[in-house]
Amino acid sequence: MSAEPITPAASEGSFLSAALSNRSFVAGLIITGLIAAMAIVSFVWTPYDITRLEVADRMLGLSWEHPFGTDHFGRDILTMIMIGSRNSIAVAIVAVGIGMGIGVPLGAWAAARGGLVDEALMRFNDLVFAFPALLSAVLITAIFGPGAINAIIAIGIFNIPVFARVARAGALAIWPREFILAARAAGKGKARITVEHILPNIASMLLVQGTIQFALGILAEAGLSYVGLGAQPPAPSWGRMLFDAQTRMMVAPHLALFPGFAIVVTVLGLNLLGDGLRDVLDPRLRRER
Amino acid sequence: MALLEIEKLSLSIGRVPILKAVDLSIGAGETMGLVGESGSGKSMTALTVMQLLPAAAKATGRVTFDGIDVLAAPEAAMCRLRGNDIGMVFQEPMTALNPVKTIGEQVAEGIRWHTGASRADAEASARRMLDRVGLPEAKFPLTRYPHQLSGGQRQRVVIAIACALKPKLLVADEPTTALDVVLQKQILDLLRGLVAEDRMGLLLISHDLAVVTDMADRITVLRHGEVMEEGETAPTLAAQVHPYTRQLAEASMHVPARPNRHAADAAGDNLLEVDAVVRDYPGRRRSPFAPAEKFRAVDGVSFSMKPGQSVALVGRSGCGKSTLARMILALDRPTGGDIRFLGSSLTAKSEAELKPFRRNMQVVFQDPYGSFNPRHTVERLVAEPLHLLDRQPSPAERREMVADALHEVGLRRPDMDKYPHEFSGGQRQRISIARAIITRPKLVVADEPVSALDVSIRAQVLDLFAELNQKLGVAYLFITHDLTVARAITDEVMVMHDGRIVETGRTDAVLDDPRSDAAKDLVAAAPDLKRAIRRRMMEQG
Repeated sequence: MSAEPITPAASEGSFLSAALSNRSFVAGLIITGLIAAMAIVSFVWTPYDITRLEVADRMLGLSWEHPFGTDHFGRDILTMIMIGSRNSIAVAIVAVGIGMGIGVPLGAWAAARGGLVDEALMRFNDLVFAFPALLSAVLITAIFGPGAINAIIAIGIFNIPVFARVARAGALAIWPREFILAARAAGKGKARITVEHILPNIASMLLVQGTIQFALGILAEAGLSYVGLGAQPPAPSWGRMLFDAQTRMMVAPHLALFPGFAIVVTVLGLNLLGDGLRDVLDPRLRRER
Repeated sequence: MALLEIEKLSLSIGRVPILKAVDLSIGAGETMGLVGESGSGKSMTALTVMQLLPAAAKATGRVTFDGIDVLAAPEAAMCRLRGNDIGMVFQEPMTALNPVKTIGEQVAEGIRWHTGASRADAEASARRMLDRVGLPEAKFPLTRYPHQLSGGQRQRVVIAIACALKPKLLVADEPTTALDVVLQKQILDLLRGLVAEDRMGLLLISHDLAVVTDMADRITVLRHGEVMEEGETAPTLAAQVHPYTRQLAEASMHVPARPNRHAADAAGDNLLEVDAVVRDYPGRRRSPFAPAEKFRAVDGVSFSMKPGQSVALVGRSGCGKSTLARMILALDRPTGGDIRFLGSSLTAKSEAELKPFRRNMQVVFQDPYGSFNPRHTVERLVAEPLHLLDRQPSPAERREMVADALHEVGLRRPDMDKYPHEFSGGQRQRISIARAIITRPKLVVADEPVSALDVSIRAQVLDLFAELNQKLGVAYLFITHDLTVARAITDEVMVMHDGRIVETGRTDAVLDDPRSDAAKDLVAAAPDLKRAIRRRMMEQG
C-alpha cells in the first residue's frame, strides 16, 4: 500500500548476514583486510631492513630469500611494498578524512540553509570541480614543495566538493520527509535536526562514497609519487617504485610488476567493497537480489 | 462459462502463506469487488491473474482466463494476454507512468506492441482513447508529459493505457485511493462507463466498502488470504451474515462516542486566531529576467478556534489546506496576514521565541511510515518534543513520561524500546499521537491522520482522538478530504477551495445542507455506505 520505508538496518543481525552473503562485499573486505594487515605488520616486522643496501644483491629475481626479488640498490621488494602500503593508506585515509570532515558539513549546511548560502557554496564547488584534480595537485605540490604532507592536502582538497555534493543531495532528499517536519514542530533547530536526523540517514551514502574516494586517493598518491611529488626517498612508495622500475623494464620487469600489482589489487579491493556496501546498505537493491 | 475462474488458489512467498484456497469468478461484463484490509492478499490475487508475481512466490490451484490456464501458461503467452485481453489500473498515478515519455507514446506503445499497427494508426487510436477518458486532444495534446497533468488526469491516462485494446478483463487495484473524493467519483464514473460500453469484466480492488457497493455487482470479502464471504453486493452488505463483513461495515460507518461534545468554552479567549493569511509561492519564470509569476496557495484566510474545540478543515487536494496548517504550526511563514496563538503573534518570532508556543501545539501527519526517523527507538521518537520544556527531565523522568504517553494511546511500556518498523500502520499512528500529546499541548493539528489506515484501524484511531479530546481537553484542527472523518469527530467545519475558506458552520449543518458549490461537490462525491446500499437495493427492486 504505502511506500516501503527505509529499513533501519532491520536489526544488526540481518545487516551482517546480508553483508556476508554479498560476494563483492566479502571479496572486497578480504582484499582490503589483507592490505591493511600487511601495513600493520610492517610496523613490527618486515623480511629485511629497508635502509640496508646490498648492492651485491641488486636486481635479483624471484627466490625463497627474496620472494619478489630486489631492486637496483639490493633492497627487498616485498619489504618495500609492505612499507609503501603504509604511505598509500595513510595518505588516502587523511585525504578522505579532510574531504569528509569539511565537505559533509558544508553540504549539510547548504541543504539546511538553502537560498543564497546553498547557491554560493555549490557554485564554489563547481569551480573546484572545474580544475582537473591531479593536475592541480601537481601544481600545489610544485608550489609548496614535494612531500607526503602536501600530497595529502592536495588530494584532500579535491575530495571536499565530492563529499559536499553527495551530502547535499542526500540531505535534500531527507529534508521534506514528514519526520523532519515533526522534529521542526518539536522546535528543533536546523543544526540539531541535521545532526540527529539527517546525518544518520545519509551515512550509508557517505560511507560508499568514502570507499570510492579512498581508492581514488591511493591512485592519486601513486600518481604524485610517480612524478616525484609524493613521498620522498628513501621512504618507499608504490608510485616511486614504479618510476624507478621504468628505466629497468627490459632487465628486471618484476621491479614494475609487483608495485603495479599492489596498486591494482588495493584499488580493486576498495571498489569491490564500496560496490558491495552500496548493495548491502540499499534495501531496495538488497531485495532485488 | 465465466471469463475468469479462480479455483482453490493458494499462494505462498517463501514460507509465508499469502492466499489460502481462494475461489473467485468473474463473468463477461461483470464487476467484482474485492474488499479486505491491507495485507489480506487483494493485490496478490490480482497479480496472480496477471502472472506478475514476485519470483519467490509459488501458486497452486487453478486460474482460468478465457479458457487459458494462466498458472501453466508460458511467459510468451502471458505477454500476449497482458495489456491485450487483461488491462490493469494501478493505485498510484504518480509512479504508474513513465515520466520521460509523452502520454501519447505511452498509450500508443501497447497498441503497437500487440496489434503491430503502424505509428500513425496507433497514434490515431491513442487519440481516440484519450478522448474517451476525458482528455480531448484540443486541451490535452498527445505530446504532454505526465508531470504536466494533475493526479486525476494522470489516472485517466493510466486507464486509457489499460483500456486501449478493449480488454476482456480490467483489473483496478485501489484506483482511487490516492485521489480526493471529487476526483474519486469522476474516475469511478469513467470506469463504470468504459466497462459498460466495452462489456469488460472488472476486478475492482478496494478497502472502501462504499466505493465497492457503488460499483460492483458481486463482492468477495478477503481476510488473511481467505475468502470470508461472497455474493451479490447489496444483499450481502445489507444482511451482513458473516461477522467479519459486519465488522467491516460497522467500522466504515463508525462514529466515536463524544458525550460532552461541546466542551469547548465558547465564552473564553480564542486559542488560535488566523487573520487574513496569504501565502504566495514563486511560480514559473517565463524568461530568465522576468520576475517569477506568483502562485497563491492560501488567499486571505481568517478564522478562530476556542480551547478544546474540534474543527475540521475540508477541501480537495491542492486547495491549500496543508499549507495553511504549516503556517499555523509556524513551519512556514505567511506572505501576509497574522496568526495569533495564545494571544501572541507567531509570524515574526524567532525559533527561540517560538519555543513556549511549540510546546502547546503539536502535529500528527498522514503517513504513519514517513513521519518517523526509521533509525530511532520509539522512546526517542516520542520524547522528541520534550526538549521544548523549560526544565529538561532526567532520563528516568523522560522514560516515565514516554510510558505515560504510550499508555494514553493504548500502547504498552515495553514498546518504547522497539523501532517504528516493528509496528503496524495503526500502531504507528498511535505512536505519532503519543508524540503529539507528550507535552500536553492545547492544540493538535492533524493532517489527514486516518486516510492511510484500514477502516477498522481508522475507527479505533478516531476513537482515540475523541477520547483524548474529552480527557485532555485538547483542541483539534483536522485536515481532511474525507467527510466521514469530519462528521465523526468535529464540531465545526470549514470548507476550503482554491486557497479561500468558502463555507463555515456546525459540522452537521454544513454536511447535511451545503451552500457553496465547493461544499456541494464534496458532499455529493463522498462515498456513503448506507446510501449506496439503499440505492443498489432500489435498483434491483
